[in-house]
Amino acid sequence: MPSVISIQQLNKTYASGHPALKTINLEISQGEIFALLGPNGAGKTTLISIICGIVNPGGGRVLVGGKDIIKDYRAARSQIGLVPQELVSDVFETVWATVTFSRGLFGKKPNPAYLEQLLKDLSLWDKRDAKIFELSGGMKRRVMIAKALSHEPQILFLDEPTAGVDVELRRDMWNMVRGLRERGVTIILTTHYIEEAEEMADRIGVIRKGEIILVEDKQTLMHKLGKKQLTLHLQQPLTSLPATLAEYSLELAEEGHALVLTYDAQREHSGIAELLQALAELGIGFKDLQSSQSSLEDIFVSLVSSR
Amino acid sequence: MNFYAIKAIYLFELARTWRTLLQSIATPVISTSLYFVVFGSAIGSGMTQVQGVSYGAFIIPGLIMLALLTESISNASFGIYMPKYSGSIYELLSAPVSYLEILIGYVGAAATKSVVLGVIILLTAHLFVDFEILHPFWMAAFLVLTALTFSLFGFIIGVWADGWEKLQIVPALIVTPLTFLGGSFYSISMLPPVWQTVTLFNPVVYLISAFRWSFYGVSDVNVGVSLAMILGFLLLCILAVGWIFKTGYRLKS
Repeated sequence: MPSVISIQQLNKTYASGHPALKTINLEISQGEIFALLGPNGAGKTTLISIICGIVNPGGGRVLVGGKDIIKDYRAARSQIGLVPQELVSDVFETVWATVTFSRGLFGKKPNPAYLEQLLKDLSLWDKRDAKIFELSGGMKRRVMIAKALSHEPQILFLDEPTAGVDVELRRDMWNMVRGLRERGVTIILTTHYIEEAEEMADRIGVIRKGEIILVEDKQTLMHKLGKKQLTLHLQQPLTSLPATLAEYSLELAEEGHALVLTYDAQREHSGIAELLQALAELGIGFKDLQSSQSSLEDIFVSLVSSR
Repeated sequence: MNFYAIKAIYLFELARTWRTLLQSIATPVISTSLYFVVFGSAIGSGMTQVQGVSYGAFIIPGLIMLALLTESISNASFGIYMPKYSGSIYELLSAPVSYLEILIGYVGAAATKSVVLGVIILLTAHLFVDFEILHPFWMAAFLVLTALTFSLFGFIIGVWADGWEKLQIVPALIVTPLTFLGGSFYSISMLPPVWQTVTLFNPVVYLISAFRWSFYGVSDVNVGVSLAMILGFLLLCILAVGWIFKTGYRLKS
């Protein structure tokens, strides 16, 4: 996949002396959903703001669709739509006026039919003549998305898209994101909600204190770092682990009613078959079993805390 | 040039005027009418002519300038301060627009409003007093030039201001006093000699003097000097805006 955003040696120190970004190198592929994961204050918004032109870069350079964001800012920016974290817009404007304004600002000739469809897709069509301050928070969020998409961008940035958003809107938003991806739009979202990244992203980057400490395919990441656990619910509780089972990384749980085997999902040999055989030989019966994979959250916590 | 963007900003700003019609147009017209009634008709009727012009007619150019200056600054400063305040400036900064296009949109809209307002006040004045315009071309030229210059100045204030108070402070504490003391209601030749000299440091004197000249052919200072002053101030504002855009001062960190 060709890279649609190329970030090279980018750094940023604010006038206050706060080093928001150290040295960032990152390639975003055409058409992917990339989740930038990190705790608050890690530099997610600064990174996005630099790419979009809201904050001046310190050193290094950024190419969007091969165009330098400084030298060729028109070509770079016109490809990008940004949904910022905060719900900010001119509150006295109507929904229709504000999306029309956004489209014009990005240099696109008027296309009422496109905007009508966009507002319909976002369930905003009925509210097109309402002033923005009359809308609920969720509706305002939809307006921000409509503004970002008003000029048919090829790249969409979603900065903390689901912060303070109800379940329905979250679902609509993910449907929209999927739809956009099918049309080839590249999506970069920042979040500190792990589930969000886990559910949506193709690739995940973890940023911490202005540094990207990891970029990985989501599946690979989960696979590589993910531990799997097999839980066996026993018919008869055990008071202690039989000595013959010492070679397995086993634990007793639920007051002896369950055995938990932790194994590496990456290794070909999980040891499950042998364990089951050993249990049968010992006459330990079980009534149920389940396996679970550690979530991205576990991975994330271990990553961020281990450094 | 991103003409769609210029148009979008320009229309957006004019739409704001339309929404706040009472505040934008009616308020200045009413307050100016009050000046005409009080100074022009009531007090002026008991006064002799000033520089060969009836007092009511004499104050018209000054009053238009007063409204022009105040409204240009307030419109342009509010126009750019508002998105800064609300945060919606992110969109402006992330859009494929040059600073020049942003400037044309905001300052153009503010200046347009001021010129329209100036014309409305002129027409209103006609209801109260008879007057003539000796040099209509220069009248229009000074009107547009002043509106443009002070809209630019307002834009700079709007970028500089980081609170509502700062937004009000320059118009209230500097521009209004300078306008009142700049010969809106009197000829500076009516002042004692010392104050005549002091007054020459007031840039607004040159604006009003030149504008009045375009009406009645009389002026306190040479029109050429006035024109040079206005153009000089325009240039100063352009340089300041250029610097703001180059450094991203208070727009971009």
